[in-house]
Amino acid sequence: MDLKTRALTKSIWVFHAATSPCNNCDIEVLDLFTPRHDVERFGITLVGSVRHADALIVTGVPNYKTKERLKKLYSQAPKPCLVIAIGNCACGRIMFRESYNSPCPVDEIIPVDVYIPGCPPKPEAMIAGIIKLINKLKGKE
Amino acid sequence: MKAIFNYLIFPGLLFSVVIGLMACWIDRKVTARIQWRVGPPWYQNFVDIVKLFGKETIVPQGARGAFLLSPYLGFLSVALVAAILGLGVLSPQKSFVGDLIVVLYLLIIPAAALIMGGSSSRNPLASIGASREMKLVLGYELPFILSVIAIIIRSSGAIQLGSILNHQLNFGSNIASWSGAIAFIVCLACMQAKLGLVPFDMSEADQELMAGVLIEYSGPPLAIFKLSKAVMLYVMPLFLIILFLGKDLSPLFIVGKYLLLLVIIILIKNTNPRLRIDQALKFFWGKVTLLAVIAVILAALGL
Repeated sequence: MDLKTRALTKSIWVFHAATSPCNNCDIEVLDLFTPRHDVERFGITLVGSVRHADALIVTGVPNYKTKERLKKLYSQAPKPCLVIAIGNCACGRIMFRESYNSPCPVDEIIPVDVYIPGCPPKPEAMIAGIIKLINKLKGKE
Repeated sequence: MKAIFNYLIFPGLLFSVVIGLMACWIDRKVTARIQWRVGPPWYQNFVDIVKLFGKETIVPQGARGAFLLSPYLGFLSVALVAAILGLGVLSPQKSFVGDLIVVLYLLIIPAAALIMGGSSSRNPLASIGASREMKLVLGYELPFILSVIAIIIRSSGAIQLGSILNHQLNFGSNIASWSGAIAFIVCLACMQAKLGLVPFDMSEADQELMAGVLIEYSGPPLAIFKLSKAVMLYVMPLFLIILFLGKDLSPLFIVGKYLLLLVIIILIKNTNPRLRIDQALKFFWGKVTLLAVIAVILAALGL
């Protein structure tokens, strides 16, 4: 593993891309930065600009408008850029599958690196997912 | 050869980057402890910088050449300040006449670099950030220079770091007098604004402008901006120590004084809300300038 990937695993800056969620996952994502879970221990911080981001956190079912926005956001992020799909909606659209305004799931728009299901997933589940992502970057099982 | 060594390695670039990144870690750790969190490990900022150097650089369509050059301008000038101040502390008799004025000019350049970078990146939020930064510079430079003038008057017109230190060695620290104490308070406020920390971080304002002037920067240029912020966090307290607390400069004392100033900065940062730009200007041109003028008058009276 080279220095670049090694540094990336220790400092993942996260950009929050909300593609029309119900805000439940977003609240749980913010929970990660509170004293109880404090992911800054692992160097993970929220950033405001997608140009600073190493990972996109995608929540919600993309509709016709946010689909284009999500594609644009991914192309604006500097590579290597990871994508974390959080919540059942982002992972597989669940009950919105037949809905008239949901054209496709997230992973048909941009490549997703890790899926964290749950409605909403617990912060512990998100940390476990991020650890899996880090192990994947390191090339471990 | 020695000058190049001084600029690039010991009191200059490399040394100040290491100290500055450690200071940034202290900032993050103390902030985390204040918020009852654990905070990042000590190598966190080094890892961040290495990671940013490994990322892609994106230049927005139609951006000028200044977009990629301005981070280096700011960084190299603060590194020069670090070299001058470091040499001033190490060997006060070797400092050249007028280095105080050189330092004052060089300390404006990081802000100018931010303004240039922000306004050449063709992003509306970045240009708002750049205009705020410009107003902030106009705001804090006047009281900052006035309080430095108070110190110059106190040390009988010397514009040389070495002779200011010598004066304090003979007659006691400047902060122990009325004019010095008032000028020190003024300088604390100006330092917070120069560092771009919370009551005066409206040019970057994460929540409203999404990193403001830095919004279009990615990869190495962003890392350089972060590095120049880190070096500023080392340089500004050191400059205040030389101006106000310069009586005892043995290594232990200087580290203690530096940590004290750093903790004051962090506490101000964590206990204040962000001001609007008009409030900040009113604050600097009103109360703070008034205090600075009082300090100059007291210094002229010899108090």
